[in-house]
Amino acid sequence: MKGLVSGAAAILLVSFALLFTNYQLEHKAGGAGKDTITVYNWGEYIDPDLLKQFEEREGIKVIYETFDSNEGMMGKIEQGGTSYDLSVPSEYAVQMMEDRELLIPLDFSKIPNIKNIDPYFMNLPFDTDNTYSIPYFWGTLGIAYNPSLLEGQTFESWESLWDASLRQKLILVDSAREVIGVALNSYGYSLNSTSLQQLKEATDKLETMGPNVKAVIGDEVTQLMINNEASVALTWSGQAADMISENEDIDYIVPEEGSNLWFDNIVIPKTAKNIEGAYKFINFMLEPEVAAQNAEYVGYSTPNKEALAFMDEETVTDERFYPNEEARENLEVYENLGLETLGVYNELFLKFKMGLR
Amino acid sequence: MKNNPLRFIYAVPYAVWMLLFVLAPIAVIVYYSFFDLSGNLTLGNYRNFFTSVYFKLTMSSFWYAFLITFFSLLISYPTAYFLTKTKHKQLWLLLIIIPSWINLLLKTYAFIGLMGLYGPINAFLETIGIGSQQILFTDFSFVFVSVYIFIPFMILPIFNSLDKINPALLDASKDLGANAWVTFKRVIWPMTIDGVKSGVQVVFIPALSLFMITRLIAGNKVITLGTAIEQQFLVTQNWGMGSTIAVFLIIFMFLIMVLTSGKEKGGNANGKVK
Amino acid sequence: MGKLSNLPKIYLAVVFLILYTPIFYLIYYSFNSGGGMSNFESFTLEHYQAVFQDTRLLIIVMNTVIIALLSALLSTTIGVIGALAIYFMRNKSMRQTILSLNNILIVSPDVIIGASFLILFTLIGVKLGFASVLISHIAFSIPIVVIMVLPKLQEMSTTLVDAALDLGASRKDVLTRVVLPYIKPGIFAGFFLALTYSLDDFAVTFFVTGNGFSTLSVEIYSMARTGITLTINALSGLIFVITMVLVLGYYMIGSRKVDQGVKR
Repeated sequence: MKGLVSGAAAILLVSFALLFTNYQLEHKAGGAGKDTITVYNWGEYIDPDLLKQFEEREGIKVIYETFDSNEGMMGKIEQGGTSYDLSVPSEYAVQMMEDRELLIPLDFSKIPNIKNIDPYFMNLPFDTDNTYSIPYFWGTLGIAYNPSLLEGQTFESWESLWDASLRQKLILVDSAREVIGVALNSYGYSLNSTSLQQLKEATDKLETMGPNVKAVIGDEVTQLMINNEASVALTWSGQAADMISENEDIDYIVPEEGSNLWFDNIVIPKTAKNIEGAYKFINFMLEPEVAAQNAEYVGYSTPNKEALAFMDEETVTDERFYPNEEARENLEVYENLGLETLGVYNELFLKFKMGLR
Repeated sequence: MKNNPLRFIYAVPYAVWMLLFVLAPIAVIVYYSFFDLSGNLTLGNYRNFFTSVYFKLTMSSFWYAFLITFFSLLISYPTAYFLTKTKHKQLWLLLIIIPSWINLLLKTYAFIGLMGLYGPINAFLETIGIGSQQILFTDFSFVFVSVYIFIPFMILPIFNSLDKINPALLDASKDLGANAWVTFKRVIWPMTIDGVKSGVQVVFIPALSLFMITRLIAGNKVITLGTAIEQQFLVTQNWGMGSTIAVFLIIFMFLIMVLTSGKEKGGNANGKVK
Repeated sequence: MGKLSNLPKIYLAVVFLILYTPIFYLIYYSFNSGGGMSNFESFTLEHYQAVFQDTRLLIIVMNTVIIALLSALLSTTIGVIGALAIYFMRNKSMRQTILSLNNILIVSPDVIIGASFLILFTLIGVKLGFASVLISHIAFSIPIVVIMVLPKLQEMSTTLVDAALDLGASRKDVLTRVVLPYIKPGIFAGFFLALTYSLDDFAVTFFVTGNGFSTLSVEIYSMARTGITLTINALSGLIFVITMVLVLGYYMIGSRKVDQGVKR
């Protein structure tokens, strides 16, 4: 009994000591100004140095919080109890958040730097007139592959993923619309198809891809490709860029039938407390030098056309990650299909995964 | 014990916990399970559960949970037994738990590296002449990593029940002419059955709803009920269907509890094994 | 107790080797000057430097430890109470039902727990942050404590309690002098596994936390999309070494005291 009590006392003591140290640390880090904004973003999706620059210039302290999925982030914002001033949802999530009235319309007079964004990336179907969102990074869905591990296969067409030589080699992303999208694209159907007939054709065709599939995973694919563990993967351009920066053998291609064009976008959620601060931050992030520095740090493609001048020549002329206008023709942005259809996609995808061996 | 209404007054914190964090959420989940996406009252979710996909999913979840529990027990029982014989047994026991304090995602990434085609395990297989194997994304890797995660949970209760066995009892059994196997079957096993039951409960039940490992280590070639619920709540945002699967998961859990307690020797008489 | 012969020793060695291999693997790559957990380029300490320069990360680590310790302590207390209540219940089917309800949080996927706790907290009006995370961690750790303590209680022969009562011991004395010392191993097991639950949890914490409060797990999971940095490996290595030193140190001090006690 005595042992239990003294043990409990020791734990309490240690906890309070830690709480105190924490309090001290937080205050030291807090600085003078009371003005703060809370940025809610994906992990490692901003150059931390820029946060410091912003704090020094504007005297506004930035609290950086992270999430790992659009859905989780939306849940947090919808339920309230938090005060995020900025968030970075993907395009379909922007539409969902708009439908649920989770966003505050943007006042462009407070974001003069919006002029730096390439007009090609403005007024997109998921947020016409950019009422609520400004693109932060963008990219495509394609095939990352390692020619040194393959015997001369090329991937100009989605059909090549069905090639018998890829048996147990292909890695897919764990996401229904992307994988079913491959089959839809290969038939020339729209990625936003809601036709049950087309979806059935697509999933029937997908099933025949089964023997080629080595695994259906998420972000871990980056590590696998870098380690030469996998040779072909269906993946997003951002991750492909990460792979290539670590393993030069890897190449990335968007098949000619077309593919998905994705965006992560800055929005101001309805939970915002410091809207003025949020505008200042957005405007800061859109400055060409800042956007350039951020793009070099994160490694994704920036929609900020003025920023390109401040970036590595080699990066911005790389057609794999900055495709020319002609190549962009075949790219399609996801639309929010509604929960009903999303359910159909996911059920079909679940069946596909259950059939894998 | 007398039937004093105040007898259970000390149990208030536990009762409050159960009300707020168990009963209330269950009520919410059962409630949600009767609604479809557009908010209409329906039994459709339950009908949907009995379609082939979810039935198959349930079967395979049970199969893998069984495998994981079986191998965890197989490895943990001897480990716990030998640990009780070591000199600094409490320290060794603590050393069994410490690895579980390092972040699971990080350890899983380490496993991806270890089990990889160019990882140390395959390098070893190569040198002893077996040749490199595809280890990741197989049933083996999935069960292995799951067992890795769960063995501390299995070892602890078994260790605790083994540790209290009086060595004199074993000597007595030996003196009476019992061989090692009979001693184990007649003396040791019955005295540790409660610990084993606890271990099985804390392994089998969560193993039904394992996720993350199913994706990272099994490449989604194994899908559990937990993964399906996760998907329904987060991706499809069909809380009705997700709740329905959860209701079934809870029912399964109740069944398991009833089954594992079936042989309880009435009242609080356990421990009076003579 | 008897001594171990060679075969059991080898068996235990293999078990420990497997348990610690992933951790050594992580630590090994924390010294890698390359980008990730593969292709060891050359030795560097830069990731360790990065840990100490990142105040935000250090604050998060301390948050994690505070939450783990406090939640394990409180859930152990409540869990022991629960186990006692279940033990003293005379109606068998009632006991069975309570025990099954107890286990529901173990079987529930984290997302459901997180989402339902979030709804609960916003309904009651608990401010999201330290308090809500602490309460949630206590809540989901209680069942494991109950499961660890209950078998010890069941092993305890009722005659022990009866004898003590017959000898004129008060209920309180029975509890503190007889019952608690007997179930101590179960309490420790519950406490340590509660620590494990708390340190490992990502999904529940993610849902119930508010502004300015995060734990290491949330931080690590949200890094997955762009890649977990080796800073986290270095940090985990440090945590591992510190834990080992603490545990070994504590154990050595503890066992010396016992020795002295015996001598006197």
